[in-house]
Amino acid sequence: MSAVPVPQVAARVAQVAAGRRGRARRRRSVTGVLLLVVVALFATSLMVGQTFYGPGEVWRVLIGEPVPGASFTVGELRLPRATLGLLTGLAFGLGGVTFQTLLRNPLASPDVIGISSGASAAAVVAIVVFGLRDGAVSLVAVAVALATAAVIYGLSYRHGVAGTRLILIGIGIAAMLNSVVSYVIVRAAQWDLPMAMQWLNGSLNNATWSDVVPLLAALVLAGGVLLLLGRALDTLRLGDDTASALGIAVERSRLLLIGTAVVLIAFGTAATGPIAFVAFLAGPIAARVVGPGGSLQVPAALMGATLVLAADLVGQFLFDTRYPAGVITGVLGAPYLIYLLIRTNRAGGSL
Amino acid sequence: MTTDHQLSAQGLGLGYGDRTVVTDLDLVVPPGRVTAIVGANACGKSTLLRSMARLLSPREGRVVLDGEDLHRLPTKQVARTLGLLPQAPVAPEGIAVGDLVGRGRQPHQRMFARWSAEDDTAVAAALEATGTTELADRCVDELSGGQRQRVWIAMALAQQTDLLLLDEPTTYLDVAHQVEVLDLLLDLNAAHGTTIVMVLHDLNLAARYADHLIAMADGRVSAAGDPGEVLTAETVRAVFGLECHVLPDPTSGRPMILPLGRHRASAPVPVGVA
Repeated sequence: MSAVPVPQVAARVAQVAAGRRGRARRRRSVTGVLLLVVVALFATSLMVGQTFYGPGEVWRVLIGEPVPGASFTVGELRLPRATLGLLTGLAFGLGGVTFQTLLRNPLASPDVIGISSGASAAAVVAIVVFGLRDGAVSLVAVAVALATAAVIYGLSYRHGVAGTRLILIGIGIAAMLNSVVSYVIVRAAQWDLPMAMQWLNGSLNNATWSDVVPLLAALVLAGGVLLLLGRALDTLRLGDDTASALGIAVERSRLLLIGTAVVLIAFGTAATGPIAFVAFLAGPIAARVVGPGGSLQVPAALMGATLVLAADLVGQFLFDTRYPAGVITGVLGAPYLIYLLIRTNRAGGSL
Repeated sequence: MTTDHQLSAQGLGLGYGDRTVVTDLDLVVPPGRVTAIVGANACGKSTLLRSMARLLSPREGRVVLDGEDLHRLPTKQVARTLGLLPQAPVAPEGIAVGDLVGRGRQPHQRMFARWSAEDDTAVAAALEATGTTELADRCVDELSGGQRQRVWIAMALAQQTDLLLLDEPTTYLDVAHQVEVLDLLLDLNAAHGTTIVMVLHDLNLAARYADHLIAMADGRVSAAGDPGEVLTAETVRAVFGLECHVLPDPTSGRPMILPLGRHRASAPVPVGVA
């Protein structure tokens, strides 16, 4: 190393710092645009329906003024629905990208490897077989989702967790659990069917505040923990050895991240059913939009909310028949899954 | 930076599953010097390095850093003293060089603290030292193997540790880049007194660049010391099971080995060779 004159050193520090700040600024502004898109979709969900209400009327409903007609339609029907869509989208996006980042593979999303299926199967059994409702369903879904994650993790653990082995085992577990869902629904009583059907295709139909509250609590707590662990998650992308050399407690961080993400996914699934492929799509799309260098947690969460709110609007109003949001995201997600499988097969993929 | 960090292994036993790799191994890393560990494939040299970097817990004995059991110290505290460049580090797809090198600052940052001027200075210095300043805004995926290895070393430098462990830093590099990387490591050692421990495949490069050579065979230290004393035909036979000539390297005077295979050995042995 040769001695470099001091002003030149300062100039290089400034140059390097400017590059870093530029990249950070770009990520922030794209994230800001995503936030605006989510706000716009949320507002549209409140305004559009069989009767259109303008932003003024919607705003007056939101701040609690009585507006004839709008108070009920917007306040009681559309607001819980849009809020539920927003929150599940955030939860699926954040939970999904945590899994994908941690396992360094976009296929390792909780809806592909059976975590969502675990929550679904538990909820269907709880509703149809045991006649449980609301909060109890959520708790059972969370417990079984955690157990499913533990089983997948345990079965794929050999000298650490390898992404591919975990994904294959997870796909197998998902198939088993989906057959449980089908079996229970075939045997279900007529009056349980509408509710249980939600567990085949996630939807925002019949959204109520009692669906929203547990999910909001889970999102604040689990989402907060995931954001706190964001730096560890980001460092784990460099590989276990490097992350450990950089001072991350690898095994402990990974278990905490997986456990928390499972809780988030399970609460989301318990509230709306498995809205197909949102957890799977949000992270990779966010990575394309924001650029893959930095943390994807917030962009992926916003992308999840964008997907759910947009899919719900499309499903409700773009066709003659009303489709649940999960059908729309499923139509979007399946081709992407195939594309990804082809690409991964060729290149060995990451996010 | 200080150079008096003491790293040693005492009665170390290491293994994976029911396979024992290293048994009852003692070694002392000379502070402020460059140490190279050499040995045949599967002799346990990388396993030893992983254990010294706190990645693998010992089954017996212990690794001691400044008088304390390395595996009982908090990860983050270790990461401020001891850096590691693993054999096959993974770069997140699409990350910029400057951002990757910035990851080396992780052990110095608190959970909520923002990026500091000190971090920027450390990253710029690490880029400068490895000759990668011009690459700072490029994407790591676009770089050549030699450039990428320099970037990884820059990340380890940004960590600003007094001890740096490297697992085969020259693998996959052509000979010019191998020399370039090793020259860079010696620069660092000379400029900051950084203690360097590296696993190397190439015996001649190890002898040329190391102050201290550790030859391993079957999970034990077979010989350790000055390269001139360690690298003899007998050691090479014991460690690699290979017959060879040992000549003085005309440039550095360090020992240099010429392997004797079963073929093309008909030329007369030059005068003065044992």
